[in-house]
Amino acid sequence: MTLSTFGTSRAEAVGAPAILELVDVGKTYRTGALTVEALRGVTLSVGDGDYVAIMGPSGSGKSTLMHILSCLDVPTTGRYSLAGEDVSGLAERQLAEIRNRRIGFVFQQFNLLASMSAWRNVELPLVYAGVSRPERRARALEALGRVGLAERVDHRPGELSGGQQQRVSIARALVTDPTLILADEPTGNLDSVSTAEVLALFRDLHEQGRTVVLITHEAEVAAEADRTIRVLDGRVVGDDARAGGRTP
Amino acid sequence: MTWLETVRTAFDAIRSRRMRSALTMLGILIGIAAVMLTVGLGQGAQAQVASQINALGSNLLIVTPGSATAVGGIRGGRGSATTLTASDAAVLADARVAPDIAAVAPVSTSSQSVVANGQNWTTSIVGTTPQWPVVRARSTPTGRFFTAAELSAGAPVAVIGSTTAEQLFGLRSPVGQTVSIGGAQLTVIGELNPAGSTVGGDQDDQVVVPATTFAADLSAGTPSISSIYLEAVNQQDLSAAYQEATNAMLTAHGVTTATADFQVGSQAALVQTATSTARTLTVLLAGIAAISLLVGGIGVMNIMLVSVTERIREIGLRKALGATPRVILRQFLTEASLLGLAGGMLGVGLGVIGALTLPQVLEQPVTLSATAALGALAVSLVIGIAAGVYPAGRAARLAPIDALRSE
Repeated sequence: MTLSTFGTSRAEAVGAPAILELVDVGKTYRTGALTVEALRGVTLSVGDGDYVAIMGPSGSGKSTLMHILSCLDVPTTGRYSLAGEDVSGLAERQLAEIRNRRIGFVFQQFNLLASMSAWRNVELPLVYAGVSRPERRARALEALGRVGLAERVDHRPGELSGGQQQRVSIARALVTDPTLILADEPTGNLDSVSTAEVLALFRDLHEQGRTVVLITHEAEVAAEADRTIRVLDGRVVGDDARAGGRTP
Repeated sequence: MTWLETVRTAFDAIRSRRMRSALTMLGILIGIAAVMLTVGLGQGAQAQVASQINALGSNLLIVTPGSATAVGGIRGGRGSATTLTASDAAVLADARVAPDIAAVAPVSTSSQSVVANGQNWTTSIVGTTPQWPVVRARSTPTGRFFTAAELSAGAPVAVIGSTTAEQLFGLRSPVGQTVSIGGAQLTVIGELNPAGSTVGGDQDDQVVVPATTFAADLSAGTPSISSIYLEAVNQQDLSAAYQEATNAMLTAHGVTTATADFQVGSQAALVQTATSTARTLTVLLAGIAAISLLVGGIGVMNIMLVSVTERIREIGLRKALGATPRVILRQFLTEASLLGLAGGMLGVGLGVIGALTLPQVLEQPVTLSATAALGALAVSLVIGIAAGVYPAGRAARLAPIDALRSE
């Protein structure tokens, strides 16, 4: 069954080669006697360079889906391959390496370290990648330049506005040159001006050929993407690629 | 992630929580400084006692009445038995019986008040022979010691210690003055060099008189000999002299080793007895200090646990960005070790300052050793690591999603 579904999903993938491939992924949480089926057989694939929004109300399983897509968690059943590599059975240590190498995270809460300046925050993934200090600084400054914060590299998060902080975290997501940029409610804590700035940045990144997956519950934000996947009760209930989407 | 980066990250974390880190280090600091100072004080006291006893004369043996038997019981004690006689001293002085004994000085003592110059001073009166300064390694920079002729004549002369002299005559020279002891008028012919205090009492507060004078004028009846001081020919012959003295005494008293009514003590034995008390005290104090160090270590552990709980989001973030459990474990362990080590270094610093200032305040020497300092540093590092293991393990095991989710 797994194999046949796998085949189907390959056939459905159009255009660019698939970079994310979920085949019948299920995730069950057990807390004591209670079993929660957060995902009930999700099959989807995202092509290289796609700009995808995943939408769903809270409790729909979109967070669980995001955790699996970002290799922060592994599926209970089914298969997930990222850039051709099956990651569903990997150990914690290997997952950490995949996250470091493949995924750039953008969080709703920014998750910047308050005691460190902007560039020190941006270089953090490179520290774990084993990059030398001078190269880390050069790459962090470059990434901050790309999000328009070249003037703010030595500021601490507390000295930056919410929109600027989120741009710092986007720079941090970019700095490792990841396969996938995964943003979890990136505009959830921002005002409309900052939201527009951040969304413009994602649009730019997409146009530069990066794969962006955006998790949101706001329709306006989802509308920015070229494709919206709707999740409800642990299942994919809608998947529409917009006409005129700018998928290269 | 390299070790350098790990240390740098840990250092950043410590620096960004200055107040808390300082308080944590304080626990270790106090513990290390306390251990260093107590051990230093104890060792200083031991060294002081040992050097004072060594100053008594380097080849010294002491024959005292009473005996510690092999089974550990004590037959009488110093002063409680009166088994030593002047003839014992004569036997020991015989070069045919004991060729390795160079000099013999039997000593009788009593405590009496000395009157001179309108001053009254109670001190220790020592009746002995002209050999005494040789055996006890003393000299008379002012005046002279009494002679063999004065001994046999029972001359009314006395040699006094510097403390006694000061009490009786102030800053004036005592030589040529007259002192009155129990009605007898004695002329002071010399003043002893200062020797300080030992476990045997103040060596500068005594009046030394010929044994004959002591027997005739200063004691009721025939005075008992409280101890006989012997000097070996040289250090190498000390054990030979010890054997000769023991054998000669056994023969003279007609007893066996099991029934011996005397004891021959060496200076080494004296040093051992005296320093063992100091050592016991040191161990006790160091034990208390070590407990304070342990409390400091628990402080580090507590702070690290709080730190892990408080920094759950940070840990989650670092894991999301690619830190493996091992890297997180190392980071927290390094942080705890750095806290411990920094506290230890400050503690050693405080210990050194204390060791330099305490002697001025307490008039007690403090021995500082590099071994103790390095040991203290090693201990503080070990405490840091030990205190860090559990919190670091908890941090490493945190699931990244749980950590990121926490508010």
